[in-house]
Amino acid sequence: MGSRSSHAAIPDADSIRRETGFSQASLLRLHHRFRALDRNKKGYLSRMDLQQIGALAVNPLGDRIIESFFPDGSQQVDFPGFVRVLAHFRPVEDEDTETQDPKKPEPLNSRRNKLHYAFQLYDLDRDGKISRHEMLQVSRKREQEM
Amino acid sequence: MSHAEGHSWQNVGNCRPLAYAAFVRVFVYFLSDYQGFYCNQRPHWSVAEGPRWSDLRPRCPHLGAHSLCGHWISSSKQPTCRRALRGHKCPTGCSTSPIEQTLSPGSCDPGKGKTELVFWNLEQQAELLSWGRGQGRASNSEVLAGAMVLGEGVKHVGSMGGPQGLLSTLKLTCGEWTTAPVASAFPALLGSLKRFHLSHKVTSVVPESALLIVLGLVLGGIVWAADHIASFTLTPTVFFFYLLPPIVLDAGYFMPNRLFFGNLGTILLYAVVGTVWNAATTGLSLYGVFLSGLMGDLKIGLLDFLLFGSLIAAVDPVAVLAVFEEVHVNEVLFIIVFGESLLNDAVTVVLYNVFESFVALGGDNVTGLDCVKGIVSFFVVSLGGTLVGVIFAFLLSLVTRFTKHVRIIEPGFVFIISYLSYLTSEMLSLSAILAITFCGICCQKYVKANISEQSATTVRYTMKMLASGAETIIFMFLGISAVNPFIWTWNTAFVLLTLVFISVYRAIGVVLQTWLLNRYRMVQLEPIDQVVLSYGGLRGAVAFALVVLLDGEKVKEKNLFVSTTIIVVFFTVIFQGLTIKPLVQWLKVKRSEHREPRLNEKLHGRAFDHILSAIEDISGQIGHNYLRDKWSHFDRKFLSRVLMRRSAQKSRDQILNVFHELNLKDAISYVAEGERRGSLAFIRSPSTDNMVNVDFAPRSSAVEASVSYLLRENVSAVCLDMQSLEQRRRSIRDAEDMVTHHTLQQYLYKPRQEYKHLYSRHELTPTEDEKQDREIFHRTMRKRLESFKTTKLGLNQNKKAAKMYKRERAQKRRNSSIPNGKLPTENPVQNFTIKEKDLELSDTEEHPNYEEEMSGGIEFLASVTKDTASDSPAGIDNPVFSPDEALDRGLLARLPPWLSPGETVVPSQRARTQIPHSPSTFRRLTPFRLSSKSVDSFLQADGPEERPPAALPESTHM
Repeated sequence: MGSRSSHAAIPDADSIRRETGFSQASLLRLHHRFRALDRNKKGYLSRMDLQQIGALAVNPLGDRIIESFFPDGSQQVDFPGFVRVLAHFRPVEDEDTETQDPKKPEPLNSRRNKLHYAFQLYDLDRDGKISRHEMLQVSRKREQEM
Repeated sequence: MSHAEGHSWQNVGNCRPLAYAAFVRVFVYFLSDYQGFYCNQRPHWSVAEGPRWSDLRPRCPHLGAHSLCGHWISSSKQPTCRRALRGHKCPTGCSTSPIEQTLSPGSCDPGKGKTELVFWNLEQQAELLSWGRGQGRASNSEVLAGAMVLGEGVKHVGSMGGPQGLLSTLKLTCGEWTTAPVASAFPALLGSLKRFHLSHKVTSVVPESALLIVLGLVLGGIVWAADHIASFTLTPTVFFFYLLPPIVLDAGYFMPNRLFFGNLGTILLYAVVGTVWNAATTGLSLYGVFLSGLMGDLKIGLLDFLLFGSLIAAVDPVAVLAVFEEVHVNEVLFIIVFGESLLNDAVTVVLYNVFESFVALGGDNVTGLDCVKGIVSFFVVSLGGTLVGVIFAFLLSLVTRFTKHVRIIEPGFVFIISYLSYLTSEMLSLSAILAITFCGICCQKYVKANISEQSATTVRYTMKMLASGAETIIFMFLGISAVNPFIWTWNTAFVLLTLVFISVYRAIGVVLQTWLLNRYRMVQLEPIDQVVLSYGGLRGAVAFALVVLLDGEKVKEKNLFVSTTIIVVFFTVIFQGLTIKPLVQWLKVKRSEHREPRLNEKLHGRAFDHILSAIEDISGQIGHNYLRDKWSHFDRKFLSRVLMRRSAQKSRDQILNVFHELNLKDAISYVAEGERRGSLAFIRSPSTDNMVNVDFAPRSSAVEASVSYLLRENVSAVCLDMQSLEQRRRSIRDAEDMVTHHTLQQYLYKPRQEYKHLYSRHELTPTEDEKQDREIFHRTMRKRLESFKTTKLGLNQNKKAAKMYKRERAQKRRNSSIPNGKLPTENPVQNFTIKEKDLELSDTEEHPNYEEEMSGGIEFLASVTKDTASDSPAGIDNPVFSPDEALDRGLLARLPPWLSPGETVVPSQRARTQIPHSPSTFRRLTPFRLSSKSVDSFLQADGPEERPPAALPESTHM
C-alpha cells in the first residue's frame, strides 16, 4: 500500500493517459491500487494477486475477469496493461463518438471496444467465435445451484 | 437526550441524575451479585424471595427514592446490609418505606402519589399472583395483602373520579410519571394487535407510522370525549429517556457499517451543512414574512424564529426509518438519509441550545463571542458524544470478552452499557444520540463475536422488540398528544409557510449539496435520488419533544410553535409518507419503460453486473480503500486481540463455520429424505446394506421430490407454478425448457448492486447474500485448488492435502477478516512456501476446534462416519468424479455447471443436495447420499484429497 509520498512516478504516464483517456487523478488512483495489489513490489501483477481480492472470490465470473487481464496466456500484467483493460469501462462520452478522428485509433472505451471486451469474456478458447458450449458455460456460471 | 441540555435540568427536574444513579446502581449490582440484588430490590411488602426483573423498571421519576429507596447506593455499607434491607431498614437510618416516601408531600403531591400507587400496586399484584402461582409457595395472606392494597387504592380513586368509571380511573392513575408504564402497555398492545391484524397490503400503501398516528388521534379523541382532559401526552422526558434510546441503539447496532463509513462524508455534509441550511433559511424566511405583516400580530423576534427553524430543521430518524422501510430505494440512498437523520442530532442540539439561550438572553445582549461559543460547542457536543460512544463500545466489547461463565446476563450488558453511554453523554451535555449510535456501531463486531449464539439471538430480538415497541408508542403518542385544544393556536400563514419553506429549502439544499458532492463522489447521486432525498426529509417526534420542551415564559408563542410542529410532523409523516412510494415508483417508471426483460436480457444484464462489480473490486473504486485497509490492519493487529475472545478470533475462520452449516443442512435433508421414504432405519444402521432399505424412486417421483424440496426451501409463487405446470405437461421437451428457464431465472446469483433491504426495525432478515457468497466462494476456491493440484501432481498425497487445506483456510481467514475487496497485507506467496511440517503442526493445534464444529453437525451420523474413516481417500465413489452417462443424453442444458466437462469443481455437499431442477442429477444423488461411504459430508465436501491429516476424530461419536 503505497504511501502518499511515493506515488510520484508513474512510468509513461502521458502515453498511458493518451491511450486510455484517464484523467491524471484517476491514473494516480489506479496506480495506487495497482501497487496495493502488487504485493511483492515486483512491478507487475500475477493471477494470484488478483485472486487475493476477497470480493472476486464470491463473484461467479471472477475467474473469467481475472483471465481477461492476462491476454494470450501470459502470466503477468504490468501497469499499462492493467489500465488498458480498465479503460474499457470508462463511460462513453458523447464527444468521443461525435468528433471522431478517423486517423486515431478508436478509444478503448468506444462501444465497439466495450463489446469486444465482453465478447472476449464469452470466447473461452479465443477462436473469435462464441460457440454454443461457451455460451452455456458463461450462463451457467451465473446459475445458482443451491 | 441533550436536546434537554442545560435548561432542561430545571424542566425535567432532578430526575436525570437520579435516573442515572439508579442505572449505575443497577449496573453495579449486575456486576457484583445479582442474587443479592434481587433481595435488595424487593418491595418491602411482597414475598421474601423470588426474583422479579420487573422490579427494576423505573416507575417513578423519583426512582432512587421510590423503588430503590434512594439511600442505598450512597451508603458505603451497602453490600453488608442487604439482609437488613429486607426488613426495609435503610442504612442511612431513613425509616420511610418506599411507598411512604412516594406519599410524602415532599416528593410528590399527595393525590398523584396515591393514584400512582394504585397503578404500581396493580402491576405488583398481578406479578405477585402469577409468581405465587408459579412458585406455589406464596401464602394466601401475602397475595391477599397485595389485593387489599390494590382495593384501597381503587376505592380512593373511585371516590375522586366519580362516576366516570374505568376510563377516568385509568387516566387518573396515569399521572405524569406513570405515563410510561401505562402508556407503553396500552398502545403497544394496540399497536401490536394492529400489526398483527393489518395485512401487508395495507401497510405497503400506508406507512405504519401514519396509521399509528391516526390510531393515536382516534384514541386521543376517545379519551378527550370521556372527560375533557388531555392526560396522555408525549413528554420530553419519557421520549428522550425511554423511547428514543432503544430506537437509536437498534439503528446503531444493526448499522451496515461498511456502507455507513463508505458514505460518511456525504452523510456528514447533509447532516451538518444541510441542517444548518434548513434551520437558517426556514427561520429567516419566516421572519421575513413576519416583517411583511402577513402573519398578523405575533410576539416573536428574529431569535424565536431561528429557534423554531432549528428545531423544525432536523430530519427525524424515527420517522425516516418508519417510512423508508416500506419504500425500497437503493442502499446508498437509504444510508444517506438514514445516516443523516442520526447524525444531525448534534447540530440540532447545538442550534437549539444556542438559540434558546439567545432567546433567554434577549436579542440585544447577544455578542459575537456567544456566536463563537456556539460554534465551538458544536464540535464539543458532536465529537464528545461520539467519543463517549466509542469509549463505552470499547468497554462493552471488553466486558463481553470475559462473560464466558455468566452467559445468562450477557445480553443485559449489551443493553445496560449502551444505555449508560446515552445517559453519560446526556449528563455531560453531549449529543446522546451520537453516543449511543456510535456505541452500537463500534461494538457490534466484537460483541457479536464474543457473546454466545443464544445471547446474540436474545440481543437481536430484544433490541428489535424494544425499538419496534418504542416506535409504535412514539407515533401513537404523537397522535394522542395532538388531541388537546389547549395547545392549539392557529395561524394560517405561519403554518402554511412553514410547510412550504421546509419543503422548498430542503429541496434547494439537497440540490446544492448534491451538486457539490457529485464532483467528488464515485457513485453519483442521480436526480431521482435527489428527489427522494428532499422528499424523504420527514420530521418527527424529536421536533415535537423539543418544541414541548420550550419554556413558555421565554418563548411567548410556544403554543403556536407546538401546533405548527404537530402539523408539520403529521404532514410529513402522513402525506409525504403516503406519497413517497408512488412518487418513487412513478419516477422509476418514467426513467425506464416498464417491461419484463427477456430472459436473454436478464442473463446478460446479470452477467454485466457481475463483470462491473468485479472490475470495481479490481480497481478498488468503492469507498476509501486505502483508509479501510489501514483500519482493518489496525483492527486485526490490536483491537481484535484486545476485544475478542481467543476462541472468537479463531472462529473467524469462516470456512469451518461454513462447513459446519453445510453439514447441518445436509443432515437435516438427509433425515427429511428418510422421513419422506417412511423410514429412518437406514440412518441408524451403519452397515452398507442399508441401501437395500431404500427403493430408488422412478424419475417422476424424483422430480416431485425435488420440487417439494424446493418448496420447503424457498416458498414462492413461481415454484408453485412450476409444480403445477410440471404435473400438467408431461412432454419432456416442455419440462426441459421449463427447468432450464426456471433455473436460469430464479437461480442466478444476484449481483451485489441489487437493491436490498439493509435495515428493518421490525424484521431480522437472514442474509441471503452471505449464503450466496459462500456458495460462489467455495466453488471458486475449489476450482483454484484443483488447478493448483494439477500443477503439482508430484507431491505426496497426504502432505499435499494438508497444504491445500491450510491454504484454503488461510485464504479464507485473510479474506474474511477483510470486509470487501480489500487487500491482505501479508504476503500470499508465503502460504505456498511454508514448510509442510509447520502446517501439520499447526493443524493439530487447531484440531480441537475443528472437532467441535464437526461433532455438532453430524452427530447422529457418527457411526457411519467411522466406516468412512477407514476408507482410503481415493476409494470414495463420488459421482462428481465418475464418468457420467447423463452427459451423453444431450441434457447438457440442465446439468449443473460442475458436471460440464470443462469444470473440475467439486461442489459442496449442500450444492449437490439443492439442485431440484435437474431430475437426473437428483436421482443420481440418491444412492450417493445414502451410501455409507458418502454420508460424512464434511469429508466429501472437502474432497477426498483435501482431507487434513487429522481430520477424522473419534470424538465424532459423542
